[in-house]
Amino acid sequence: MSQPSRALALGGLSSGVFVALALLSLLWTPYDPTQISIIERLQPIGAQHWLGTDQLGRDVLSMLMRGAATSLGVAVAAVVLGAVPGIALGLFAAARRGWIDEIVMRGNDVVFAFPALLVAILLTTAFGPGALNAILAIGLFNIPVFARVTRAGALRLWPREYVLAARVAGKDSLRISLEHILPNLGGALMVQATTQFALAIVAESALAYLGLGTQAPLPSWGRMLADAQTLTALAPGLAIYPGLAVVLSVLGLNWLGNGLRDLLDPRLARGV
Amino acid sequence: MALLNISGLHLAVDGRELLSGIQLSLQAGQVLGLVGESGSGKSMTAMSVLGLLPAGARRSGAIDLGGRDLLRCSERELCAIRGSEIGMVFQEPMTALNPLLRIDEQVAEVVRTHRRVSRREALMLAHATLERVGLPASRVGHDRYPHTLSGGQRQRVAIAMAIVLKPKLLIADEPTTALDVSTQARILELLRELVRENACGLLLVSHDLGVIAEIADEVAVMERGRIVEHGTVAQVLRHPQHPYTQALLANSRPQPVPAPSAAGTGAPLLEVNHVVCEYPAHERTLFRPPPAVRAVDGVSLRIDPGERVGLVGESGCGKSTLLRAILGLESLRGGTIRVAGEGYAGGDTASLQKIRRQIQIVFQDPHGSLNPRWRVADVVGEPFHLWRGPGAPSADERRRRIASVLERVGLSAADGERFPHEFSGGQRQRIAIARALVCEPRLLVLDEAVSALDVSIRAQILELLSTLSRELGLAYLFVSHDIQVVRAVTDRLYVMQRGRVVESGHSADVLAHPRHDYTASLVAASPDLDLALARRFPQSAKIPVAVAS
Repeated sequence: MSQPSRALALGGLSSGVFVALALLSLLWTPYDPTQISIIERLQPIGAQHWLGTDQLGRDVLSMLMRGAATSLGVAVAAVVLGAVPGIALGLFAAARRGWIDEIVMRGNDVVFAFPALLVAILLTTAFGPGALNAILAIGLFNIPVFARVTRAGALRLWPREYVLAARVAGKDSLRISLEHILPNLGGALMVQATTQFALAIVAESALAYLGLGTQAPLPSWGRMLADAQTLTALAPGLAIYPGLAVVLSVLGLNWLGNGLRDLLDPRLARGV
Repeated sequence: MALLNISGLHLAVDGRELLSGIQLSLQAGQVLGLVGESGSGKSMTAMSVLGLLPAGARRSGAIDLGGRDLLRCSERELCAIRGSEIGMVFQEPMTALNPLLRIDEQVAEVVRTHRRVSRREALMLAHATLERVGLPASRVGHDRYPHTLSGGQRQRVAIAMAIVLKPKLLIADEPTTALDVSTQARILELLRELVRENACGLLLVSHDLGVIAEIADEVAVMERGRIVEHGTVAQVLRHPQHPYTQALLANSRPQPVPAPSAAGTGAPLLEVNHVVCEYPAHERTLFRPPPAVRAVDGVSLRIDPGERVGLVGESGCGKSTLLRAILGLESLRGGTIRVAGEGYAGGDTASLQKIRRQIQIVFQDPHGSLNPRWRVADVVGEPFHLWRGPGAPSADERRRRIASVLERVGLSAADGERFPHEFSGGQRQRIAIARALVCEPRLLVLDEAVSALDVSIRAQILELLSTLSRELGLAYLFVSHDIQVVRAVTDRLYVMQRGRVVESGHSADVLAHPRHDYTASLVAASPDLDLALARRFPQSAKIPVAVAS
């Protein structure tokens, strides 16, 4: 198996498992992840509760599944929220250059100048904790990332002769941006999107860990980590499982991004 | 004894045989030319000598340099040999130099890698070598960075790096391909002098038989990883034995194409009157607008329907800016451009669209001019965008026309479903020509359209262009730096220098009897196979034909 397809298979498999578990959790979980049962608190791994229970007797597997849905939902929304305006701004800046470019890029610098997580904390404290504000806070910081990557790639493509040929065919800069520039940036943007997606999962967990993201009783990986903090000696699994979930989903997404980039490039595709 | 002896060299990369049974020898003080078309293995042969091969390469045979077999040397020994005993000059001088190092430091670095000398001593040697390669400190500061130098000056720095330790063997891979003709002539002369002075051998890799005829003593012709003919330049180029060499020689002399009968009749198709184009200089000032550079300075030219007009000049002379202005991609600072009587200085989009249907362009690089993510049919159909609103061809009509234009340029309608990377360079150029033809223009602008192609492909594309010109009554504006090609395929000619047209007239007349000094220097510098042979080997035509191995 060649390198790109191995990355794609591994990344696709692990991301697929997470997405499947997240979707499944919306319909069915082994137990109700919000059901508290003090009698069954801190159960070890067993036939009844596959990954045990937490200090309030909630089923850890059920919480992880629903937590995946929360994390993925917030991350998808945050990436879309960042990518759409970011890519549009980047394409626009590269097509127009001049003072428009300056304004867009300096605006980006202003956003970049603030530590992302700090501002996210600020926003969620100002507007109240919750999944929606977490999405807005994470998404806002994705805009300049996508704008920069898009602009840098687009500036490299604009002098290409096929773009010149499109101009000779009378196409305006909007059309050229959409038909020639954007598709050729697809690979780079795909990788960036998966990277940002992975970062968004981490950011969501971090906000939830600080109590600023998804609120109880909705389960989330970050809050599971926070709750497990005081019980690491007693029940280390409570911290290990959500931690592993974050790591594996981030790793899988990065592989998926690299695999997709190679797959989407017709020059690298083999046997098509 | 020969300086370099390659015997029975085989090279395979990932199991694919790239070189088989290469047999070459080079004497000290001699220039051995290695010619062939792209993919023939000439660069691989040169790289095999240096041991710089892609991962997965397997070599067998022997490469003997001064009594040592380079194939038996360890990587460590090879590192010591590269730079000190073998110097290398690459094609693209910009990428061969480190942009962050001053030019004297680049040269000194080579010295300090191989000799235990102080920084000062290394710099002194570097300065002397830079002087020797024609970069006197009085004119070109030795503390300058590569990006401040011209292409020719950069190549001189690269040569200085290659010769600073007086290597026994110099390898030059297409050292002048990226340079203008007059710069090329001077660089070739410098290489020739250095070989004589240092009594080293030069292995010169080139696709250009004109270059080989100018400076090589011996020549080896390569085809598909084999040497098909080997002998002295006079022998091989005057009396080629192998059919491949014969074809290569025939294709290197572009055949004159007779003018189509319809040429030069009727009202002018394109009139360019006193056009001026400027662009802002790079330097930025805070309050004043940046100073303007005048790229095109009052140029006038005229093309009649069906006429084939050439435009020659060196890089930076304003050719490209003028072309962009003609295509309506550049705003004019002065003058007018009229196509079939209609002007478009104002930038009125509707009339621009109408005019662009009459002018289309084919670019130099067939790899860069096709969007890699588009299928060929979409690429070819792109100019249909010029037909919007009433009268635009229907989807069926477009498909039919794309298919027919693909067939016209020698491809098949089914090729429309494939992607550009599935085609060879020559086929891609055919796709680019199909795109230019699909909206049935009356003028085709060919911007160095055959410069990046091998001579055999070049001959095919020139043949295709002349057929198209005959059958469709197309007019051409043929932009090229290659005097031989321009002489063969154009009726009239404009010579540009520093933004101005310095000479114009019938191509054959202008090139045979140039009136302007600049034209004369261009013609003199342009490598001409037959002239070079006649000058260097005046009597060798009488030498009996020798069959080369």
